Amino acid sequence: MIELRDVSKTFTLHNQGSAVIEVLSRVSFSVAPGECVALTGASGAGKSTLMRMIYGNYLTASGAIRIGDVDLAQAEPRQIIQLRREVLGYVSQFLRVVPRVPTLEVVAEPLRAVGVPADAAEARARALLSQLNIPERLWSLSPTTFSGGEQQRVNIARGFAHGYPAMLLDEPTASLDPVNRAVVLSLITEAKARGAAIIGIFHDAAAREAVCDREIDVSRFTPQAAA
Amino acid sequence: MTPLLSVQALSKHYGAHIGCADVSFDLYPGEVMGIVGESGSGKSTLLNCMAGHLTPDAGRVFFDTRAEGPRDTLTMSEPERRMLGRTDWAFVHQHARDGLRMGVSAGGNVGERLMAVGARHYGDIRGKAVDWLGRVEIDGSRVDDRPTTFSGGMQQRLQIARNLVTGPRLVFMDEPTGGLDVSVQARLLDLLRGLVRDMGLSAIIVTHDLAVVRLLADRLMVMKSGRVVEAGLTDQVLDDPQHAYSQLLVSSVLQV
Repeated sequence: MIELRDVSKTFTLHNQGSAVIEVLSRVSFSVAPGECVALTGASGAGKSTLMRMIYGNYLTASGAIRIGDVDLAQAEPRQIIQLRREVLGYVSQFLRVVPRVPTLEVVAEPLRAVGVPADAAEARARALLSQLNIPERLWSLSPTTFSGGEQQRVNIARGFAHGYPAMLLDEPTASLDPVNRAVVLSLITEAKARGAAIIGIFHDAAAREAVCDREIDVSRFTPQAAA
Repeated sequence: MTPLLSVQALSKHYGAHIGCADVSFDLYPGEVMGIVGESGSGKSTLLNCMAGHLTPDAGRVFFDTRAEGPRDTLTMSEPERRMLGRTDWAFVHQHARDGLRMGVSAGGNVGERLMAVGARHYGDIRGKAVDWLGRVEIDGSRVDDRPTTFSGGMQQRLQIARNLVTGPRLVFMDEPTGGLDVSVQARLLDLLRGLVRDMGLSAIIVTHDLAVVRLLADRLMVMKSGRVVEAGLTDQVLDDPQHAYSQLLVSSVLQV
């Protein structure tokens, strides 16, 4: 489902003496449907960078990142937009929303975007929010004023609303209490069961062991180590 | 898929000075594109050339018309271009006063565009005007008031209602949230996003506010000195800018 071949990434900082930083080189691996792979490595090894490249958020310097039949390293913006709408989900560490939009709509939006009718999308959003223990009295409010943990759970609800065939999870269990952590892990297990290919970053070793089938140490892709 | 708008090598000079030079891109149905850059970078010149308000020196602008497919709007006859401006195109000015008739009631402002495309039943026109005032969150009881009695934010929302009432397929926006206070901005952004999603609009938004493009635009073009220096997915350009000027622009934003 997700396949990376000989992928590399460099950052060029034009305004800081045109410093060129090589971050990753020769990254190759693939993730099959129903499989969950954890990216590991010390902080700064390039886990988040790699994940952002797979999402098309960072440009890929060379190589190919194939999801389904789209190569993100070559794709047009509109192909990536369509891919993100239908195929590729991403749960980031931070929630970013339009102010004033109620939580229920925030969660239902990915479903509305793929053409699910308003009431069906809302029903799914309600189910997810109650599963993640967001009190019902908050649903009609904008999540911008919520606590960090609540925002994180709204973000997860939004990420799992649509059944994406490929998912990227950036620390989905960080800042959650044990009860909600278990809920998130069960959502991941469900997604695997329906055949989603998942790549995740988990600092929480127990969570990683509970849902991940394999680990990939990103530090072996740092250019110095290869040289 | 046929692009809704295809801009090819568009250039405009003001004497020896470059307004915009050699701009090309395709916009597909349902896409929202942002154009950012410092003031004087040619954003508004480009927008006005595309919308037919300025005559470019070179280049072509193809629009996928409903009846005849892609046509070069620059070589169209003036009546044809005006017809397009009243039906499939809408233009939201930075200053609402430029896009409204200040001496005519709010309802009249919305109704005028309907009458321009042939609506004649007064009751229907008024009904539609009230409906649109509601959609842009202006109380229906203000339908007979002149825009001079409205606040700046209300005028801007009225301008949007007037533009969208005829169901255009392409909206040009020049700094739609400029000069508005942040609470009104948030409200307008929420409104625009809803309208774009529900009506399947395509839009080109010129702004210098990077937060606005992050929320509204799928794609982004960065301009400097009349030229496009970088283009791509909005979040990619903002999070991983490649060109020196884009990097400067993104790193210059103050954190709130």
